[in-house]
Amino acid sequence: MQKNLFLGVEAIGQGAIDGGISGVYAYPGTPSTEITEFIQESEQAVEKGIRSKWSANEKTAYEAALGMSYAGKRCMVCMKHVGLNVAADAFINSAITGINGGMVLTVADDPSMHSSQNEQDSRFYGKFAMIPILEPSNQQEAYDMVREGFELSEKLEVPVMVRITTRLAHSRAGVIRSEVLAENDMVLPSDPSQFVLLPAIARRRYKGLLEKQELFEKTAKKSKYNTYTKGEDKSFGIIACGIAYNYLKENYPKDDCPYTILKLSQYPVPQKFLDKMAKHCEEVLVLEEGYPVVEEHIKAVFKKDIQVSGRLSGALPRDGELNADLVGKALGKETQLGADVPELVVNRPPALCQGCGHQDMYKSLNEALDKYTKGRVFSDIGCYTLGALPPYKSIYSCVDMGASVTMAKGAADAGLIPAVAVIGDSTFTHSGITGLLDAVNDEANIIVVISDNESVSMTGGQESSALGKIESICTGVGVDPNHIRVLTPLKKYHDLMVETFEEEIAYEGVSVIVFRRECIQAAAKRLRKEKKMKDNPTK
Amino acid sequence: MKTDIILAGVGGQGILSIASIIGDAAINENLFLKQAETHGMSQRGGAVQSHLRISDSEIAADLIPMGKADLILSVEPMEALRYLPFLSPEGYVVTNTTPFVNIPNYPDVDAVLAEIKKQPRFVAIDADKIAAEIGNKRASNVVMLGAATPFLNIEPEKIEAGIAHIFSRKGEAVVEMNRKAFKAGLDFAMANK
Repeated sequence: MQKNLFLGVEAIGQGAIDGGISGVYAYPGTPSTEITEFIQESEQAVEKGIRSKWSANEKTAYEAALGMSYAGKRCMVCMKHVGLNVAADAFINSAITGINGGMVLTVADDPSMHSSQNEQDSRFYGKFAMIPILEPSNQQEAYDMVREGFELSEKLEVPVMVRITTRLAHSRAGVIRSEVLAENDMVLPSDPSQFVLLPAIARRRYKGLLEKQELFEKTAKKSKYNTYTKGEDKSFGIIACGIAYNYLKENYPKDDCPYTILKLSQYPVPQKFLDKMAKHCEEVLVLEEGYPVVEEHIKAVFKKDIQVSGRLSGALPRDGELNADLVGKALGKETQLGADVPELVVNRPPALCQGCGHQDMYKSLNEALDKYTKGRVFSDIGCYTLGALPPYKSIYSCVDMGASVTMAKGAADAGLIPAVAVIGDSTFTHSGITGLLDAVNDEANIIVVISDNESVSMTGGQESSALGKIESICTGVGVDPNHIRVLTPLKKYHDLMVETFEEEIAYEGVSVIVFRRECIQAAAKRLRKEKKMKDNPTK
Repeated sequence: MKTDIILAGVGGQGILSIASIIGDAAINENLFLKQAETHGMSQRGGAVQSHLRISDSEIAADLIPMGKADLILSVEPMEALRYLPFLSPEGYVVTNTTPFVNIPNYPDVDAVLAEIKKQPRFVAIDADKIAAEIGNKRASNVVMLGAATPFLNIEPEKIEAGIAHIFSRKGEAVVEMNRKAFKAGLDFAMANK
């Protein structure tokens, strides 16, 4: 059969389409963004009318997906690991409401923090919510697990989490597709109280979820994605979770591993496999990407009878992503190093693009704040976070989506005046609006800079939910229209930008200064597209 | 047959196009392929790399282990040096000699090239100059692809077919120009390896 060369994220997008989804809901976040983009650009998805527009944030995405499931249709919701923090309220409760149409939550974790603020492990969240987790070991499994995940979700009557990590998300391999499943018809839940989490109902539903745990474990035991291979050498057993299985196999290219191997790709961890391991192995090594989730679990199970090693024991590093070399080392294999990196090689940190509007915004901000002590600018998450690096060194915080506005407010409450927040357009609608409302209600003395490049640029220029709405949102939230200022961040307006800052610093209350100029990457992309349309209008 | 390639450069230099052409050729040869690449924040002017693994049998890891790469293919000279710990003792470095200077502390270019010449097996090619002579500076990554082809274990004709396939949407003139760029790189590598 024809192999498709798919990135892991593309395999997931195709798996969802072929699995019969009627909608995908997401907010962009590396390394999960391209799942939704793939569906948005898929002709097959367009023909089927699959809903795929970006959501304002992960919580709204999750809840909308749950609503689609309520109506009986299959749906997927995608996010990166920190996005699940935003959606956590809905996520945890959805395990208790259960689903109607099949629902798959795909979360992409980012160990080594290639483009994230932390490397939290979503398997903890899955365990916390007490739902089944699927963790593919390669791109083919990513496709198969998502496609089949909807049926599993419907069978077990809960959302199912598919957890991947950066490496699988952004690596390409051949994937063979299976038949396309039909979409569900719309059908309302048969139990009218299912989605009503009033305490009395919630208690009943929660008991139901607890009772189902055994079924989940039994299902994982029978899963074709979990395999137990008994080894000849009894000294060692290996549990390889998700992509870590690849790194294990890389160390035994001839399939000649003498040890017992449990390939674990569906959770909860089946106790029966552990019982078997306890009989066969003197020591168990856990290979897992992220936190020591399984290692902690089996340490408690095996107590002191069997030695457990992994990230906690120091056999593997506690942080960062795994690779074949680290796994080889944990297995006592010698690694071969190439030549050293010559000393003259220097780092090449990411930087704002030449000609980017954020640069002009930071130049004016720096000049306006020059007369004050440093440390007055709270930032947020997006391209403009690069303003923390030289040559600008303008900002002093980057914590989570929306934290710029609220942290500036808190610092102003403490007496830090002026206090400035810098937030992007998309981040503002994701999580800035409510913070701004707090600031207005509290008459906080802050300046909120919305650096509006009219797209979600850091993740590749997706459409921003804020497009054309910023001033009206700010007015609606209660900011005095006289203190909502709109500027174009261009070199020629530098003096005007500095003056505007000075005027708003002098004002006691909430000011919003919008710096609006299209992202230069998005502009270049748009111009190329327009030229193409002009050259060949039929396409 | 197994070829492990580290593709190196700076975000926006076109290493993913090189990867997709090789990938296209490999898939048409019914070979197994894994290609891991850098997305997100590090794309913005930062160093980027792609691990490309091709084999006639199934490939396990998405990343190439240390000291196992058969080839470092870099579209910029300093980036070629960054990944030396991945290169096998028998491996080749194929690099463009035109630097991509977007940092204030870029090292002395002659010193960088001297480090490359210290490598036991290398091809150093001024792909930007060759691409300009052909008439399109943007084709320098395809010149680099040509220069790497003798080390890929895939016949040059198959790679050329990949070029025709990938660029076909852009018209015959673009395909022809890229073919020329490819040939120029290939000829240089054959004469200088």
